[in-house]
Amino acid sequence: MSHHLVAFEDVTFAYPDGTAALRGVSFRIHHGESVGLVGANGAGKSTLLLHLPGILLPSSGHVRVGDWPVTAKTLPQVRRSLGMVFQDPDDQLFMPTVGDDVAFGPLNLGLPSDEVEARVAGALERVGATHLRQRPPYKLSGGEKRAAAIASVLSMSPDILVMDEPSANLDPASRRRLIALLRSFEHTKIVATHDLDLVQDVCTRTIVLRDGRVAADGPTAEVLGDDALLGGCHLERPLRMQGCPRCGPRK
Amino acid sequence: MTRGHSLGTSVAHLDEYASAETPIGRIDPRAKLLTTIAFLVAVASFGRYQVLSLVPLALYPIALIALGDVPSGSLLWRLLLVSPFALLIGAFNPLLDHTPLGTFGPVHVTGGWASFASIMLRFVLSVSAALLLVATTGFDAVCAALARLGVPRILVVQLLFMHRYLFVLVEEVSRTSRAFALRSPDRSRPSMRVAGTLLGQILLRTLERAQRVHSAMICRGFDGEVRLRRELRWRAADTAFVACWSAFFLLVRSHDLTRWLGTAISGAIG
Ligand SMILES: Nc1ncnc2c1ncn2[C@@H]1O[C@H](COP(=O)(O)OP(=O)(O)OP(=O)(O)O)[C@@H](O)[C@H]1O
Ligand SMILES: [Mg+2]
Repeated sequence: MSHHLVAFEDVTFAYPDGTAALRGVSFRIHHGESVGLVGANGAGKSTLLLHLPGILLPSSGHVRVGDWPVTAKTLPQVRRSLGMVFQDPDDQLFMPTVGDDVAFGPLNLGLPSDEVEARVAGALERVGATHLRQRPPYKLSGGEKRAAAIASVLSMSPDILVMDEPSANLDPASRRRLIALLRSFEHTKIVATHDLDLVQDVCTRTIVLRDGRVAADGPTAEVLGDDALLGGCHLERPLRMQGCPRCGPRK
Repeated sequence: MTRGHSLGTSVAHLDEYASAETPIGRIDPRAKLLTTIAFLVAVASFGRYQVLSLVPLALYPIALIALGDVPSGSLLWRLLLVSPFALLIGAFNPLLDHTPLGTFGPVHVTGGWASFASIMLRFVLSVSAALLLVATTGFDAVCAALARLGVPRILVVQLLFMHRYLFVLVEEVSRTSRAFALRSPDRSRPSMRVAGTLLGQILLRTLERAQRVHSAMICRGFDGEVRLRRELRWRAADTAFVACWSAFFLLVRSHDLTRWLGTAISGAIG
């Protein structure tokens, strides 16, 4: 299947102040792939993700999402097929109640009222946040906010799910729930994170960014097993792939 | 929590008391909005020296507090917070206006004092009516009612966002000032120069936040219109609510109920 494809072709991007955040990034993600995007602080992960919904447009190179090249003209179509969960859920929850927030996307799509209702109920159910529906977002805990933010994107039934640091601020149980949720999402997903254990659980493929360039791109097991590569990128093997400190190194 | 924090949140989120379980909570937001507007018009239409004849209007906020189950303490606290503005407006009247209006027992009442009292009373009445509208209805429902009554969308959206992000802004301010306080234990408040930098920081962060929120909105198909789903159902009780209160306001405006009551009582006693 060629649609739901996400492709970067030699994308460079510099912020207005001159910081070169991406220096020639190319990759191609096919339908149904789940990709972990890892790299040190400031490697360019968030910047890269912001190119997908066209919030940032490349200084040079091309981005393609689904059947469309991402340009100013195609933004409505691109954004319809892409769901983006931002790093800070406070930025994403702007409506008076969680229910309103989850309904915001579907209402903008112009869906009929009963369809909106079904989507809101379904999305909240999936993230286990049905009981938060009437609550105002500013009164939720960090993890509850995260769940609500994810629901607000799921309710739009995106073909491609994009998340920036989804497991930050989550307690272990919520993190487990998030992992289960991500695994149950059968479409394309792209997750930027420092949580390499999450990458190992959820993503079949891993892209490593270093200083705005792709340092490695391959099957997760291979990339996360490469100590020299990880060390060079301020990363470490996931705990599960490290040897036990008592029984000695892993064979 | 710092004082700034609790203060800001308490102003921002008066509507946590809004509940549909009370008789007032069940009234349609539009009905409450219209009645509040009628009330404000009535309060504003009184002459500048009228004080006592305004008093019966207090029945409206008192009824809302009682029937709407609003904690009067928190309402008073918010009234106090905004009262300096009224004091500022009214404070010079007693000094400037010496029109004698008559004597009240041993005290000579001048026009200045009467208009000062009138301003304060009108202020308390109007602000408490507005606060009670939000407290018994919920801010978002008030906004939905405004939109349904034909107020331009863009204004309604502005109001909604102001309400949502006031909290975040206050939090940002208190975080910044806490960061300052922790690193300068000997100073209780920042010097002018530092204060300027802090303020600039807060402004920049707020701008950045606004940009991110906007991105999040356009990612979900925002097209300039916020569609609030609130089922508003106008019933006979709502018509009655608006009609009865408006009639009462008119009555207070056209007849001096206070004097009438006073005569009736002294008649009954004497
Ligand atoms: N608004 C901005 N203006 C200028 N430079 C920026 C801006 N945002 C990010 N940068 C710079 O761009 C580079 C990439 O930042 P980015 O936020 O994409 O990193 P990241 O990989 O998401 O890091 P983290 O893991 O800390 O979230 C950094 O050097 C950063 O300083
Ligand atoms: Mg980031």
